[in-house]
Amino acid sequence: MRDVAIVAFAQSPHRRRTDELSEVDLLMPVLHQVLETTGLKANEIGFTCSGSADYLAGRAFSFTMALDGVGAHPPISESHVEMDGAWALYEAWVKIMTGEADTALVYAYGKSSPGQVRDVLTRQLDPYYLAPLWPDSLALAALQAQALLDAGHADRAALTAIATRSRTDAAANPYAQLTGDVPAGGLLVHPLRTGDCPPIGDGAAAVILAAGDTARALCARPAWIRGIDHRIEAHALGVRDLTDSPSTRLAARHAGAFERPVDTAELHAPFTSQEVILRTALDLGDDVRVNPSGGALAANPIMAAGLIRLGEAAARIHRGASVRALAHATSGPCLQQNLVAVLEGESAHG
Amino acid sequence: MTEILSAPLVVEFPFTRSLGPVQSAFLTGLRERTVLGVRTDDGRVLVPPVEYDPVTANELRSLLRVAPTGTVTTWAWNPAPRRDQPLGTPFAWVLVRLDGADTALLHALDAPGPDAVHTGMRVRIRWAATRTGAITDIACFEPYDGEPGTTEPVPHGGEFTDSVTGITVPARLDYVHTPGRAQSAYLKALEDHRTVGERCPACRKVYVPPRGACPTCGIATAEQVEVGPRGTVTTFCIVNIKAKNLDIDVPYVYAHIALDGADLALHGRIAGIPYDQVRMGLRVEPVWAEGARHPDHYRPTGEPDAGYDTYKELV
Repeated sequence: MRDVAIVAFAQSPHRRRTDELSEVDLLMPVLHQVLETTGLKANEIGFTCSGSADYLAGRAFSFTMALDGVGAHPPISESHVEMDGAWALYEAWVKIMTGEADTALVYAYGKSSPGQVRDVLTRQLDPYYLAPLWPDSLALAALQAQALLDAGHADRAALTAIATRSRTDAAANPYAQLTGDVPAGGLLVHPLRTGDCPPIGDGAAAVILAAGDTARALCARPAWIRGIDHRIEAHALGVRDLTDSPSTRLAARHAGAFERPVDTAELHAPFTSQEVILRTALDLGDDVRVNPSGGALAANPIMAAGLIRLGEAAARIHRGASVRALAHATSGPCLQQNLVAVLEGESAHG
Repeated sequence: MTEILSAPLVVEFPFTRSLGPVQSAFLTGLRERTVLGVRTDDGRVLVPPVEYDPVTANELRSLLRVAPTGTVTTWAWNPAPRRDQPLGTPFAWVLVRLDGADTALLHALDAPGPDAVHTGMRVRIRWAATRTGAITDIACFEPYDGEPGTTEPVPHGGEFTDSVTGITVPARLDYVHTPGRAQSAYLKALEDHRTVGERCPACRKVYVPPRGACPTCGIATAEQVEVGPRGTVTTFCIVNIKAKNLDIDVPYVYAHIALDGADLALHGRIAGIPYDQVRMGLRVEPVWAEGARHPDHYRPTGEPDAGYDTYKELV
């Protein structure tokens, strides 16, 4: 097996709207930044993979326009997932593990501002029984939060504490959209208050992956991907126990998350209630630093927020703030799909 | 700084889908005020039913009728209904486990306010007056304090006269599209019947229409360059099939045209010359219709044809 690491990470400032920027305008600075960090030229990248969603822009094949930003001519080896960039990273990891490439550029972006993201996300639901009812993303998260409260797994104070911690931590994150004290706010969809929900915004992120000695040459302290896995649960919401996340737990087991404790966890929990579920599924103790970046409650660019969790966890390893970190990404309603990666610095490799 | 343009963008489509045997039976059943579930390998009854067991992935075909009454398993109060949601007045989203079922169905609950809703409350289906074989045949749920319905599901063959075999789900999403700086400048220039591209600071190529980045160098382009109005046909095709809603007689010529000064050809229709006389190297110029936002077509300028070497990189 090859050792594969995240060697560079960059993200844009996340903002409520970026009318003056096209997708490629939004993306180019982060692409340039990761290339500059590693010293790689665009034509030296072995594989390029991206994550985005046409429904956010309302245009078919919108990712092809963003490709201008990576220098796609002369021809490059390229792929795209209509999902969060965390899944693009998984594809790139597979490409490197199979020896097809030694380096990979992974990027993701989401401009939510052109449309109504609550409505847009209804189009990813089952088209027979759910989509015709237009249950929006907050409504579905609220059903999950209420189930959690009814089960006694959390109370209002616990949810508020998560919101407060996230946004307080985000004050140290220059890219975050919401920082500092954010009042709990009014009820958006009961029981979710404004403070329990993520901001809607535009943003982009990019990472570079590299194998073995290439990674060591590109980065003083690579964030080695010790394990990565993703799992999905039953499609129908009413079949699942919404208070639990067995797919996260299974992905974590396959990623080796339970073999040794982690010191940091970047969890893709756009709603406060989802952090409670993920902490339990991942068996994270109070000694684990959760979402020091502020997490998705501080900045949630759709399709990039999961990749940012991997990038933030890696960046902590790069700067020596973490030895072993867990990164989690989710996609779909109520934590339907979950990806878990375990990242380690060199010293932890033994 | 160019003014950033924006315009409404509506994406609207009828999503037409065929139904398998199980979904067909379920949705036809709703039309007939009958709720069907399906029994899984481990004996649970799934409502709404699916065709494959979510645990074993085995095919499921054993349909059963469950009651139109049930219990709320979780809920969320929606104070501001959005377009196309089941009720126009504030309502609760609910997951309801119908009597006889082991799983829950998502729908709306008509209740006066959040204080009137709780997990465990009893509800029943309110049927839509007009039913077509769709999940919306359930108008919503309503509070119900009567006797529990049948808790034992009753086997059902899933057969109805005139079964629904497909559904068409209309969808509409509204956007405000902003094309960004480069395309805004391009569109603004077109208002004056001018065409502007942007030059890459590294490879010096001029792209038109500009998209703000050089696809070869992967860097931002910013230097505006006016190109055209004349250009050269680099390649073309003859269209013989009339497109729906297109008011142009066939055959006509559709061409790639390299405007003078541009390093990328753009598309356009060629007219003012018989279709079988259009050729590579033909020199053309745009023809604008009254009030149009783009050239209607391009016509020959009468100049001598351009030499192949002058445009071979752009073919």
